[in-house]
Amino acid sequence: MEAFTTHTGRVVPLRRSNVDTDQIIPAHWLKKVTRDGFEDGLFEAWRKDPQFALNRPEHAGATVLVAGPDFGTGSSREHAVWALQNYGFKAVISSRFADIFRGNSLKNGLLTVVLEQPVVDAIWEIAENDPEAEVTVDLERRQVRAARPDGTELSADFELDENARWRLLNGLDDIALTLQNEADITAYEGSRPSFKPRTITA
Amino acid sequence: MGRTLAEKVWDDHVVRRAEGEPDLLFIDLHLLHEVTSPQAFDGLRLSGRKVRRLDLTIATEDHNTPTLDIDKPIADPVSRIQLETLRKNCADFGVRLHPLGDVEQGVVHVVGPQLGLTQPGTTVVCGDSHTSTHGAFGALAFGIGTSQVEHVLATQTLPLARPRTMAITVEGELPEDVTAKDLILAIIAKIGTGGGQGYILEYRGSAIEKLSMEARMTICNMSIEAGARAGMIAPDETTFAYLQGRDHAPRGEEWDAAVEYWKTLRTDDDAVFDAEVLIDGTSLAPFVTWGTNPGQGAPLSASVPDPASYEDPSERHSAEKALEYMGLTAGQALRDIKVDTVFVGSCTNGRIEDLRSAASILDSRKVADGVRMLVVPGSVRVALQAVAEGLDKVFTAAGAEWRHAGCSMCLGMNPDQLAPGERSASTSNRNFEGRQGKGGRTHLVSPQVAAATAVLGHLASPADLSEADARTPAGAR
Ligand code: SF4
Repeated sequence: MEAFTTHTGRVVPLRRSNVDTDQIIPAHWLKKVTRDGFEDGLFEAWRKDPQFALNRPEHAGATVLVAGPDFGTGSSREHAVWALQNYGFKAVISSRFADIFRGNSLKNGLLTVVLEQPVVDAIWEIAENDPEAEVTVDLERRQVRAARPDGTELSADFELDENARWRLLNGLDDIALTLQNEADITAYEGSRPSFKPRTITA
Repeated sequence: MGRTLAEKVWDDHVVRRAEGEPDLLFIDLHLLHEVTSPQAFDGLRLSGRKVRRLDLTIATEDHNTPTLDIDKPIADPVSRIQLETLRKNCADFGVRLHPLGDVEQGVVHVVGPQLGLTQPGTTVVCGDSHTSTHGAFGALAFGIGTSQVEHVLATQTLPLARPRTMAITVEGELPEDVTAKDLILAIIAKIGTGGGQGYILEYRGSAIEKLSMEARMTICNMSIEAGARAGMIAPDETTFAYLQGRDHAPRGEEWDAAVEYWKTLRTDDDAVFDAEVLIDGTSLAPFVTWGTNPGQGAPLSASVPDPASYEDPSERHSAEKALEYMGLTAGQALRDIKVDTVFVGSCTNGRIEDLRSAASILDSRKVADGVRMLVVPGSVRVALQAVAEGLDKVFTAAGAEWRHAGCSMCLGMNPDQLAPGERSASTSNRNFEGRQGKGGRTHLVSPQVAAATAVLGHLASPADLSEADARTPAGAR
């Protein structure tokens, strides 16, 4: 996984709530057996509309998606995270994320940042007022910063548990970390009751 | 202090606990299907890892499988490659697989319970959000992403932060025409699609205790639609009776030891939930959705709501968008909504009890002209049971199509899809935009409402049918 420390980029304001993973990447894209090439499927249905935020030329190349509450609800498809990353997004900001989506994103190095809705509103206004405006997502300080049109600085702290932050900052592979506890796993396996189900009798 | 059911099962699976780290949990059962596993197996190959516990892993094919002509090669080349990839991965790594054509094939969440693999007090994961279904047995069951699939394949564990717990207590007798599907749709409408976020839900109370295993699975299945991590119901005699004698259920002394353990899996009287919701079961009625998320629902007797009535601006906006997409107007009676397609199936309502109740309503009736009805059993075993009971004949005599098992129109990854603008009454679990086919419009309903809707051609409950019958002489039906 790629490490995430701090990122500065322009914003795509997505003024929609309850953006489910079927919207992020429709089911027919899920037939692919690789992790790349999902960028064209990102928000496929909405991209037919030239006015859709992602299609607006002034937002081309933006790397921070700022969405309404309950982003990533629905299916567990990790393809939703890959599609956002394949398209070029480095971070997503919302006032609330669905659990599985959030877990998936942090495992892939896509930073999901929870900010209060009024802060989200403020970032939307900044980006709509000036599409060139940049926001900084700073994982080391757990802070999002941007310049308001009047020149003052918007700065908001966000929470992320220390363990997830450490893994992201260092780009650590979960499986390798878990396997450091091999002895614990083996000990646990030795103590499982024999009535527990088995799929095959080996 | 006492512990909740979820906390007990959690604690029993902690492999390692350390300050400031997520708990490392052992996984008892890992279910695989073709859609979310290919990149996980690739990851194993890249890092030279094996599947740690083949005896706790099982795969089936469901999302892409056709429901017609299953003996012919799969027409869509991309679907075919995905199924072939699963077959190759299972063969390379030694994973037990039930492919299309096998008698144990079916929707992964129907297959696990019917084999007796889903048991109380186990941890169950699958790269599919509706893994919450298995919580009906008092298992801690949740959907995971592909990275986690790889993690479980390699280590049989997952590092997880402990969720909070929420009690959803349903007291009182459910009215006769109210099913588990109506109940869960009403719960989601009440707490919202984000209401369960960060929680494991425990459904309890007298109304829940009376439910069959099938009905409990319908409820737990849709926990994810309330945003919850998982849903659970404490195991009881109903659970034990369902399990006894199944292929992978314990036998003899093992059975006794298992039941003794399972009986301890109840929330202690002095346990405290982080949140509680109380539902009066007697006040419920058949429930349907009108919008594009499962929380946008209302009793069938109600009308399409007016977006202006929502105080929250984002809810108002989302209701406006939903009505536009669904082609509905505020104030329109839900019963007046005409459908083109009726779908009975999925891991929510594709089990034998669901097919029985739909068939009992279609018996000696006809699907309305111009309505297409698809009945897709959740698994091959369900299909065989239905055929043994003659249900397939009831469906075909009524003019419905009796199909082969799979996910089918629940998400339309196979050819079973809605055309743009087409409207369905569907017993599945998601009414998202385009879920059942690009531009398709979905109303989530129970199997009973689905069957009555098929007969009348508009959203309807079985009670509407008896009124219609009373106006038509029996011989003319
Ligand atoms: S039936 Fe529907 S919800 Fe269930 S596993 Fe299949 S696609 Fe997912």
